[in-house]
Amino acid sequence: MTFSMADMRLLTPHLVITAAALLVLLAEAVSPGRRKGYLPYLGIAGIVVAAFTTPGLFGPARSGFSGMLAGDAFAAFVYFILYAVGALTLLVSDGYLRDEGRDHAEYYALVLLALVGMMLMAGATHLMTLFLALETMSIAIYALAGFFRDERSAEASFKYFILGAFSSGFLLYGIALLYGACGTTEIQGILDAFASNRALAGSAMALAGVGLVTVGFAFKVAAVPFHMWTPDAYQGAPTSVTAFMATGVKAAAFAAVLRVFFVAFQTLHVDWSGVLWVLALLTMTVGNLTAIAQTDVKRMLAYSSIAHAGYILVGVVAGTPEAGAGILYYLLAYAFMNIGAFACLIMVGRKGHENTELDAFAGLGFKFPALGLAMSLFMFSMAGIPPTAGFIGKFLIFKAAVHQGYYWLTIFGVLNSAASVYYYLRVIVTMYFKPEPDAPVVEALRAGPSMAVATILAGLGVLYFGIVPGGLVDLAEQALRYLV
Amino acid sequence: MSHFPYLSTITFLPLLGALVLLLIPRRSEGGIRAWTLAVAAVTFVISLALWVRFDPTQGGMQFVERKAWIESLGISYYVGIDGISLWLVLLTTFLSVICVLSSWGIAKRVKEYMLFFLLLETGMLGALISLDLVLFYIFWEAMLIPMYFLIGVWGGTDRIYAAIKFFIYTMVGSLLMLVAILALYYLNIRAGNAPTFDLLKLYELNLAPNVQFWMFAAFCLAFAIKVPMWPLHTWLPDAHTQAPTAGSVILAGVLLKMGTYGFLRFAMPLFPNAVEAWAPFMMVVAVIGIIYGALVAMVQDDVKKLVAYSSVSHLGFVMLGLFALNMQGVQGGLYQSLNHGISTGALFLLVGVIYERRHTRAIADFGGLAKSMPNYAAVFLIITMSSIGLPGLNGFVGEFLIMLGAFLTSKTAAVFAATGVILAAGYMLWMVKRVFFGALDKEENQGLADLTGLEWGYLIPMVVMAFWMGIYPGTFLRKTDATLELWLERFEAKKEACRSLEAPGALAWLQDGLNLVFPASHAD
Repeated sequence: MTFSMADMRLLTPHLVITAAALLVLLAEAVSPGRRKGYLPYLGIAGIVVAAFTTPGLFGPARSGFSGMLAGDAFAAFVYFILYAVGALTLLVSDGYLRDEGRDHAEYYALVLLALVGMMLMAGATHLMTLFLALETMSIAIYALAGFFRDERSAEASFKYFILGAFSSGFLLYGIALLYGACGTTEIQGILDAFASNRALAGSAMALAGVGLVTVGFAFKVAAVPFHMWTPDAYQGAPTSVTAFMATGVKAAAFAAVLRVFFVAFQTLHVDWSGVLWVLALLTMTVGNLTAIAQTDVKRMLAYSSIAHAGYILVGVVAGTPEAGAGILYYLLAYAFMNIGAFACLIMVGRKGHENTELDAFAGLGFKFPALGLAMSLFMFSMAGIPPTAGFIGKFLIFKAAVHQGYYWLTIFGVLNSAASVYYYLRVIVTMYFKPEPDAPVVEALRAGPSMAVATILAGLGVLYFGIVPGGLVDLAEQALRYLV
Repeated sequence: MSHFPYLSTITFLPLLGALVLLLIPRRSEGGIRAWTLAVAAVTFVISLALWVRFDPTQGGMQFVERKAWIESLGISYYVGIDGISLWLVLLTTFLSVICVLSSWGIAKRVKEYMLFFLLLETGMLGALISLDLVLFYIFWEAMLIPMYFLIGVWGGTDRIYAAIKFFIYTMVGSLLMLVAILALYYLNIRAGNAPTFDLLKLYELNLAPNVQFWMFAAFCLAFAIKVPMWPLHTWLPDAHTQAPTAGSVILAGVLLKMGTYGFLRFAMPLFPNAVEAWAPFMMVVAVIGIIYGALVAMVQDDVKKLVAYSSVSHLGFVMLGLFALNMQGVQGGLYQSLNHGISTGALFLLVGVIYERRHTRAIADFGGLAKSMPNYAAVFLIITMSSIGLPGLNGFVGEFLIMLGAFLTSKTAAVFAATGVILAAGYMLWMVKRVFFGALDKEENQGLADLTGLEWGYLIPMVVMAFWMGIYPGTFLRKTDATLELWLERFEAKKEACRSLEAPGALAWLQDGLNLVFPASHAD
């Protein structure tokens, strides 16, 4: 196979970040003494450079490497979400890892490599690229989840690994069946095959393929009933990794879902939308109801991330470009509010003690006003209360669902949203309405400058995209125009 | 827009004031209070210009400002007021000043308190002036946040429960309304119009009666929870009893009015045929609310709770007026909304006065207060009279108009509602008797100080308003005439225009939704 410079152009951002990852590893090896505080910033520099090479990708769809990788506005939009996720994760990790005594170059390199995997997932126009990207991402994340090497971290990593491997198997089997049915694993090719041969849509092999691919993705986005790994993996992993998993993996997986379901399976909407309807409802409801019962904020956020996957699935069910644009918006909003919330969680912890039980937050709102303000903002945004980005995201997704006539799903969605208010507010209740216990759990915040910067950036993002969403909505719609 | 942007100025001035407040050091509590008062007062003064410059001959929107916001979705920053919102806006700015004064004694976290207060004012004003459904929704929801904190941090012993209940109740209703707003948006597009959330444009959309029926139900739920109408009122007594005094005043004075305002501005003109269909039901519920609220108020042993339940009863009157669907009823309903803001607001202030001195609100703890606090007793009695509708005071005008309107529509409803007036006299006067008259037999009550200068300061304006609105209602009603006439005219016209519309299959859109698996038949 040959490829041209034009192909390489599509791969520039990925190459830049891969280079940054290698550089980080190399830098530690040649660093004199133990000075390695600059490593995460090396990674961020890589992400910034990659971001500068990306805008060229906005515009009409192009594809390179013989239809393996797309260079379209859709991919570019998701890349920017991922850059935000990557940069914020590195910022959050900096002080955290040093405090925990685990600030090794491998961590930063793994984050960057996982990021490359995520980007390839978003750009993949071929199921094989998609699968390889998924594995690249996943393997890096398995390692990251176990990075603290204590019992819980190891358990998280192992659970995620076992179930992740399972889901990869499902996905791969589904891809194989699709290949059998359609004779190709190119996304456009699958679309053409289904469009030209109407009988194909009814064939057991094709439908089984679609089903297995659905299951594979459902594992990755933590849709109920394929969500069992999520709470343990999210709770046990280092908090910065949890933030990264919840936002980055979700963004990449949903980008892939959009490409596969909105393009390749476009003509089968009748078949898969009913299944996803049920999945969306279950995911929202189980996620929210279980989150209500949690007494640990980190675990609560894990369940809440399941619920958020449910809202996004509502958009997938709607299946229109409008819904796709809403999903992209939601993913970005979710990245800001979720990483922000996890950053706040890291701040209340200290070495070896995460302090993520709800009670640890009692009275913190007044004791640390900035932390209280930030955490409240993120909680309100996750609950979807204006004027925050979380509200606009939900608004766009529900708007698209109503447009397609999914009134009931939307009504279940908003009722879920109302139920979720309860547990998000409970954090605020604890922070502001309850007095600090006599023996304070949190004496001081673990807030270095990088952590503060990350939280402020996330907070500004949540507010900015909540108040002036116009430009971003247009970009997201443009991104979808070239996809479908 | 050539004129000065009055509406944006008064709406965002408190927000700006709140941001500046962040810079004032926490320790200078006097400075914080003074600054908040200044911001609220300036906002009030500017809002007076609205009153002066409002053209009473015009029924349409005035002081309109418009700016594209999210163009691709047809969402704009579109504000304006008419005779319906004018007085509610003024009531809000007026009560805000009063509330800041009444909160002078707050000692716990003054800075945050004042901060939330100013944010609340922005939220309320924004909701009252919005003419874009999304803009309205955003203010409507955002308003919850500061109120939630006011109850939750500065409230009584059960404040957490009350705050959460308040928030979630309101949220459930509003979210369902959001679905209806989105449905309305698409029905408008499907009718061949440009995508827009512009309320005035959506007024012109004629919908089939059966479609209206469900849309109205969703809007109605959101607003009826806020009003609150029986049986959705249970959050109110909790919120009221737990909220700090100023919180209760704003809650009763403005937040509840958001519900009645929502009916007048959104639910009723958008879905007139549905209103017609729902009206008998709503009138029955309103009358039940009147009587139920009054009966429950009668057996309360806590003064504040009594006032809270009296709100349920009073708001029942307002709703009865609105659903009488004639000039007298609607105008009476609107007027009674304002009255309730003044008299119930003042009652909460008065309860706050005594609570500050005695730290109890139980009726049984008092008795003979007229002897130790004669001025206080006098003011209390005046406001009580205003609340129960004594002629010459504000409550009478509103109740009279409502009764008149209700009588024209349904004699039965008017008769039953009238018992509510009698019951109101009963529970209020009985409470006054037990608190103020009889023997001053409790030792703690003997040395109580009468009203202070500050308390006079915020009570006098309320008493003046009660008299003014009672003796010369023309000042206020005149500015609402043109708007309400136009409102009714449009209501009738739209109702006629929609009557003949047959939906493509009864409840078609609902069935689409019920058809779980696939609804795409009307994708456009």
